[in-house]
Order: sequence, then structure tokens, then C-alpha cells
Amino acid sequence: MEFRDYYEVLGVDRDATENDIRKAYRKLARKYHPDVSDESDAEEKFKKVGEAYEVLKDPEKRTAYNQLGESWKTGQDFQPPPGWDAGFEFSGADFSRANEAGFSDFFENLFGRHYQGGERAGPAGFRGRGEDHHAKILVDVEDSYVGASRSISLRVPELTQDGHLTARERTLNVRIPKGIRPGQSIRLGGQGGAGIGGGESGDLYLEVEFKPHRLYEIDAADIHMRLPVAPWEAALGATVKVPTPSGTVELKVPANSRNGSKLRLKGRGLPGKIPGDFYVDLQVALPPANNKKAKDFYAEMARELEFDPRANLGGV
Amino acid sequence: MTMGKNSALSGETLGEEEEISLDQLCQACAQQTEIVVAMVEEGILKPLAADATHWRFTATSIRRVRTAVRLQRDLEINLAGAALALQLMDRIERLRTKLRRLERRDHPGF
Repeated sequence: MEFRDYYEVLGVDRDATENDIRKAYRKLARKYHPDVSDESDAEEKFKKVGEAYEVLKDPEKRTAYNQLGESWKTGQDFQPPPGWDAGFEFSGADFSRANEAGFSDFFENLFGRHYQGGERAGPAGFRGRGEDHHAKILVDVEDSYVGASRSISLRVPELTQDGHLTARERTLNVRIPKGIRPGQSIRLGGQGGAGIGGGESGDLYLEVEFKPHRLYEIDAADIHMRLPVAPWEAALGATVKVPTPSGTVELKVPANSRNGSKLRLKGRGLPGKIPGDFYVDLQVALPPANNKKAKDFYAEMARELEFDPRANLGGV
Repeated sequence: MTMGKNSALSGETLGEEEEISLDQLCQACAQQTEIVVAMVEEGILKPLAADATHWRFTATSIRRVRTAVRLQRDLEINLAGAALALQLMDRIERLRTKLRRLERRDHPGF
């Protein structure tokens, strides 16, 4: 088990005041909170910060942690000395189990065992519904068009008999319904936490996010795609092939299309009661003038076409 | 029934088109009614109908309530702060979608 230097994580001195600790935490929480952060490994960092704060903001836990001494460094192999916490009492009813499940072995070993699982055991004959669990699931755009099955792994917090909190790996094979959209959730009844005393199990909510796609941008139920066209296709009109998630379609590009013109394929966005639309954003690609033939051709256009791209700039 | 490879679990989709009651919303988010009512008053959530006695919400409200709760708890901010954060997050999301679309023009995916 690796030692964690909670002071180092929060970037405060060992003699920092409660106020210093709170300020340091809030600053880091704003930086790394998965809901607001742009950092790539925000979630991991936020967990570390949250764990450090959980210990240092609580005078009981902080005092106990300080007893371990100052000589430990982050990452060092660590075993708590026997009876390290003798004489300390942890009230610790102030944070949720769901939070604690994400904490390190180090935390778990020092503080986790003091939760004796009271509410789980409950009085004899008590029945209660299990907790609902929530998780994120990443799907592909294509999955929404046809529906799919996804195998997902979840880490489920579980209380052992002696009150330890552990995370159990659980794999579920889940059907992704056709027409699923980003921001939606899938509720799996009875797949959440187990009930107490024969009570009903909770539900599992899967929050759906879409993986970034090479070609498509998803905006609610609509899909946008940029489609390169040759200057003559845009100018003269053409029928071109467009790869949509529901298969390749032939699209008529009208004559005199401009760069950035949008064409709508109605109902070819994400399926649903009201299906989304598929938008094609025309991008006129210029042939490179990288050989004599091409150069001559551009020169001929310059001579033959009366075209001033800067006509609207006021006579410069 | 045997749990073979093909027996994928089917769930219920919770999207903009699905409606839930105030009680269902509170239960799904494990929040007390007063908390969710306060979020409606703060403008974080909008009930579908104006009928105040039987509020209905879109099922996507579940995620919104949970995010608001997380922001308040983890960032130690009040409800107004969470409302502002959510409003700005919505705006960032809209701008990001737009930006990604524009960036593709300059960096063809082909």
C-alpha cells in the first residue's frame, strides 16, 4: 500500500489552518472537478484532492493522520503501525459511502474500517429498497442507428461483513436502444444496490455519452458533416456519394452552391419518434496547382473569367 | 432462463420525450422534495407544465439534479452558484459543438 501525503496533494503546510485547507481544496476542486474541468485526467485528480480534504478538514482524522509522522513520502510502501489510531474516536457520519468507494487503499486502511455497516444490518425484520447506482456509458453514433449490445464494467461499492468498503468489478451486457441520444440515460430496473432484509433492489442508471466521431458532429438529434466538393461540382451541380451512419446516400449538389452551403437530409439524423436531420456542410476543395497542366489551367481561368473575389472590400 | 451471451439487459430510455413526476425525480436522485423544489425556484430545472400542483419533468432532469447536487457538495457552493455554473456549462457546451463544427472546415477529416 502506498503512502499518500495529503498535505502535498492540497499543497498546504502541515501547520495549515482549517481555513487554508478549505481554500486550497476549493481552488483545486474548481480546477479538477469532472463536471467543470478541461483537464484530461480530471476525475483521477479530483478523487485524490477529495480524499485529502476528507481527512484534513476533519480534526479527528487529521490528528490521527498526523500521528503517522512527517517522514513518510508519497508513494512509499506503507503499513499502518499497530494500534496507530488508539485513543482516537471517529464519528465520521458526515460523508457518503458512494464517495468513499473511490478512495485509495491507503485511506481505506486508515479510516475505512471504522464504518461498521450499521445501516446495512438494520433492525431485525427491517426491509428497505436498495440504493440506485449511476454510471456513464460511451456509445458510438452508429449504435444509435441500429441499436447494439455493449459490455460494460462497473465498480460497485460493497460492504464486507466486518464493515470494510470494497469495490467489486461487475460486468453487464446492456442493450443500447435504437435512437439513443447524448444526454439521455438508460434505466435498468433492479440492477442497482441490493435491498435490505429481502427488500427490492435499486436501479442502475447509465448516463449516455457519445464517443467523438471522425466524420460526424452530433447536436441533439441532428448530425452535421462536412463534405468536400470540387469547384466544378459546386459550380455546375453534381450527384455525390455521402457516407451517413445509415448507409451511403446519393446527394444532389445544386448548381451554384457556395462554400459553406448547408444541405439537409431530412430524417437521416438520429432515429426516434421525431428523427433528427443530417446536415451536409459543403466545403469547396481547391485542386492543387502542383504541375504545369494545373498551373496553365488556373492561368487560363484568370484570363477568361471575370472574377474579383475582393469586389466587396470597397475598391482596394 | 440462462444468462447466455445474447441475453443483453434491456433498459428504459430516459430522454427529453419521457416524463417523470416530482416524486420519481426525487427518488431517482435520492433527494428530498424541498431540494428539488428549491432548484425549480432557482431556475435550474423547468417543470413541463405550468400546473404547479402536478409538476412533470423530462427524464433528463435526473442528470441535471445530480450535477447540481455534485457541484454544491464538491465545490462547496450554494444553490445560486450551482445555477450559474450550470448555465455557463450549458453555454460552453453549445459553443463547443459549434466550434468543433467550424474547426472541421479547417482541418478536413478526410
